[in-house]
Amino acid sequence: MAYNNDIDWEKLDDIIDEYNSDKESLLMILQDINELYNYVPPETIPVLAQKLNVPKSMIYSVATFYKTISLEPRGKYIINVCTGTACHVRGAEKIIDAVHDNLQIDTGQTTQDSLFTLETVRCLGCCAAGPVFTVNKNMHGGLDRSSALNIIDDYKKNAS
Amino acid sequence: MVKFENKEALESYIQELQATAQSPDKGLISLCSGPGCIIHNSDKIRDTLTEEMGKHGIADKYEIRLTGCHGYCEQGPIMVIDPGGIFYPKVELENIPEIVEKTLVNNEPAEKLLFKNPATKKRVVREEDVPFYKLQTRSIFGKNRLIDPNSIDNYLAVGGYQSLAKALFEMKPKEIIAEIKNANLRGRGGGGFPAAIKWDSCSRHKGPKYVICNADEGDPGAYMDRGLLEGNPHLIIEGMLIGAFAMGSHDGYVYVRHEYPLAVANLAKAIDHAKQYGLLGENILGSGFDFDLHISKGGGAFVCGESTALMASLEGKPGRPRAKYIHTSEKGFRDSPSNLNNVETWANVPLIIDKGAQWYASMGTEYSKGTKIFSLVGKVVNTGLVEVPMGTTLREIIFDIGGGIPKKKQFKAVQTGGPSGGCIPEQFLDTPVDFDELTKLGSIMGSGGMIVMDQDTCMVDVARYFIEFLVDESCGQCNPCREGLKQMMAVLSRICEGNGKKGDIELLEELGTMMQKFSLCGLGTSAPNPVLTTILYFRDEYEAHIYDKKCPAGVCKPLFYYEIDEEACNGCTLCAKKCPQEAISGEKKEPHEIDQENCIKCGICYDICKFDAIAIR
Repeated sequence: MAYNNDIDWEKLDDIIDEYNSDKESLLMILQDINELYNYVPPETIPVLAQKLNVPKSMIYSVATFYKTISLEPRGKYIINVCTGTACHVRGAEKIIDAVHDNLQIDTGQTTQDSLFTLETVRCLGCCAAGPVFTVNKNMHGGLDRSSALNIIDDYKKNAS
Repeated sequence: MVKFENKEALESYIQELQATAQSPDKGLISLCSGPGCIIHNSDKIRDTLTEEMGKHGIADKYEIRLTGCHGYCEQGPIMVIDPGGIFYPKVELENIPEIVEKTLVNNEPAEKLLFKNPATKKRVVREEDVPFYKLQTRSIFGKNRLIDPNSIDNYLAVGGYQSLAKALFEMKPKEIIAEIKNANLRGRGGGGFPAAIKWDSCSRHKGPKYVICNADEGDPGAYMDRGLLEGNPHLIIEGMLIGAFAMGSHDGYVYVRHEYPLAVANLAKAIDHAKQYGLLGENILGSGFDFDLHISKGGGAFVCGESTALMASLEGKPGRPRAKYIHTSEKGFRDSPSNLNNVETWANVPLIIDKGAQWYASMGTEYSKGTKIFSLVGKVVNTGLVEVPMGTTLREIIFDIGGGIPKKKQFKAVQTGGPSGGCIPEQFLDTPVDFDELTKLGSIMGSGGMIVMDQDTCMVDVARYFIEFLVDESCGQCNPCREGLKQMMAVLSRICEGNGKKGDIELLEELGTMMQKFSLCGLGTSAPNPVLTTILYFRDEYEAHIYDKKCPAGVCKPLFYYEIDEEACNGCTLCAKKCPQEAISGEKKEPHEIDQENCIKCGICYDICKFDAIAIR
């Protein structure tokens, strides 16, 4: 098996051990890996399959069924625009358009410099502050087109 | 560290805590740290408050308590100071010195920072007199503001875990189920199924059994469960413990959304604390009853709110529902008898055991008892979580508590029940809200999402929004749901793009009826509701889209354009300055004009014009 040097295999073992190699915890194990690398590197899947004693097809089945898991590398900053109903009626679509125009990426895509990924989430439960997006774990509320773009600019500056 | 060996140890500990809590020497500053308030820097407010109190040498006179959501999210960050329950809304960092000096040092309210009643224009001092709270009955949610979710002692101080003690030592499992039955507790997750029937069925089966809490709050625009789980996690744990004892289960799971990290963290801590205190684990309070509780995180799949899908997900599989020829109370999680209730249902249990079924059933309507928490959001003045007795009318909730529609716009509809619900128009505003009344209108009460829509909301677009959501979220197993949604989406999209055809409305109705009849699970059978109710109540809007090629609300971009009303425009130039396309031109104090070629219909001019001079054509 070709081992990828970018993957910290010891950490992966730690994650699996934390859940006692329990196959019922497959989704949570994938979530932890997803959190660590911003995606689930496909190289980890055969290893997981072996250690949890589940077929690879089951892992792909779970990884593709749940929205929080990505099998594609994602950007340093993941912009998650809330498209819950409250945000929708308050103009979430305009926020997505603004991000799209500014970064030239569609929902689900990553910028060429791997800095930003644009995603949507169905309700973050902060409806009073809508429209809302999160950038990684930071939440930004009361957005309109210009404030959304200002926030993105701040992240661009931070990165450079 | 205390570990309660018996009921008496718990009770005497609670008495001690309550005695200290009532001490006149120490005040309480309760600072809301729900997600809505965190956005507005409630953590920085705490730091500044500590600093200011230090300056006045009164740091030890008040306890600052970061609590879960108080419910009035529109006015966040919220601070309430006891004694007196003095209520400060929208607290900003620069207000802190004034609050400290006036209220904490001089014992008087900071007049200008108090809440102003929009109806009377008068300032309101006490939390309980704020109209938003005054009209509610917050028997479940009201404790949030007294509790730091990370402190089990705070929960015990409000009488926590006493219902558990009562259930373990004074009641037989059958009596508990009878109490739940007499209270007529119906599932708050959406189905409204009587909890006692499920409990009773589960209790009759042998072997290992599981109690499960559905905290996969998937309805967009609904966050009641988040508010409860984050703000008062021990309440849910206690409810589950009582249920587990009644059904003879020793193992429980809380299935919570990955998107609610704070709820996961607070619940995990609460479980640890309960274990340390001997309220979870082996031989709870010396009763001989064992119960362990685990957390499982969902992965952002709406269908996992369906009981069989949720149980599949708990087993580490994709969350696909199965047909329920055999109920989960007989064969559910790990093929064992399993009882699933949602967060709010579990939260009702300790209350029923404490105050009795008779008291509980005195609230509500004939077939829907108790209170219900609603997530009141969208185009409404007072966004927040509202708890009212069942049977309160939509008008009372939206207008009296919710404060009506902002910016003097017209109410158009309220969407209840999330993607499985429907849109209810103005003529039914006086409908009492309970499980059965909303079903009669073609919608459902669901888990309690209530999204208010005004004149600027396009009902066809709303229907498309929900169908788009459901296309994504359908698990794809059964044809009627998978293909039905896809076809509905195609029809709705072409209507919104201006390509609607004669017969499209009828086609949507036909597809909807088919899906209601033949889908495998609740997601599919209820999925057409948003479409069917909007057709039922707003057929004219569909017709305007299809036949006149117009979107009257100005949402569907190909079907309208903005125009400046020459009579109303006074040439203030604001729109021209804000237009990102520089598509608006005109002289100062003269009517402006929009260049239709350049206009991208972003709506900025429409939103900012103070003279209603931007018209939708």
